[in-house]
Amino acid sequence: LRKNLEDFTGPRERSDLGFVTFDITADILDGKSDLQSIFDWNVKQLFLYLSAEYSTKNNALNQVVLWDKVMLRGDNPKLFLKDMKSKYFFFDDGNGLKGNRNVTLTLSWNVVPNAGILPLVTGSGHVSVPFPDTYETTKSY
Amino acid sequence: QLYYQVLNFGMIVSSALMIWKGLMVVTGSESPIVVVLSGSMEPAFHRGDLLFLTNRIEDPIRVGEIVVFRIEGREIPIVHRVLKIHEKQNGEIKFLTKGDNNAVDDRGLYKRGQHWLEKKDVVGRARGFVPYIGIVTILMNDYPKFKYAVLFFLGLFVLVHRE
Repeated sequence: LRKNLEDFTGPRERSDLGFVTFDITADILDGKSDLQSIFDWNVKQLFLYLSAEYSTKNNALNQVVLWDKVMLRGDNPKLFLKDMKSKYFFFDDGNGLKGNRNVTLTLSWNVVPNAGILPLVTGSGHVSVPFPDTYETTKSY
Repeated sequence: QLYYQVLNFGMIVSSALMIWKGLMVVTGSESPIVVVLSGSMEPAFHRGDLLFLTNRIEDPIRVGEIVVFRIEGREIPIVHRVLKIHEKQNGEIKFLTKGDNNAVDDRGLYKRGQHWLEKKDVVGRARGFVPYIGIVTILMNDYPKFKYAVLFFLGLFVLVHRE
């Protein structure tokens, strides 16, 4: 699973708003690590989500879901998403995105069975996104 | 003979109560089993599905988790997914939720002026589920005659049943 992206922050009211574009690739790497292998007889769907995790002065831990997708049993399990924009606004609770070098993006998923336990799994591989020290007011998203 | 049947009935009721209370202690939740009432989490959960919850304080609230919460002053619990969290050094946390099947997050559902949920609003975290079974509760709620019929037959069964 691989992700890469570009980003910039824009001021909005009083909280930092981050803009991130990303690619997500989920493919067969060694015959075992693709999403298809997670769909066993008791899996109804996977709820995939890309979340950004970081620390700020105000808050020791922040997690924001940027994008999510429902993958039903039978859907194409290969993901080749390019230049995706985040589905949800990436607002910080304050101004902690400016100059933040340590924002980590991770892809995780919730396995929804036909019946039984609901586990949350984190994908291997994550990407760090450094946010610039200045605000952008002109770039369009 | 009647004495025996009354005792028998009493035993069944108190056993059920003990199991329920025991579940409450083990899971740490005041409502360890809930029925999904709306379609806002489809296609994962549908109306009538049964959810098993835990509410252990040690479990941190993280994005992606399915939480059952109550909005202050309202009785009906809501089952949605955590979209954002902001947690302070001391463990104080505020978070935002959204139903998978809803286009927008839950801010519109919260109390006027409330922008975030806190630990105290949480009834539990969904750890497991069984589909369809809870439909009986919904039916009993929507059609009181059905509820009386179920209770009537249950009572009849207990009284008539001979060891």
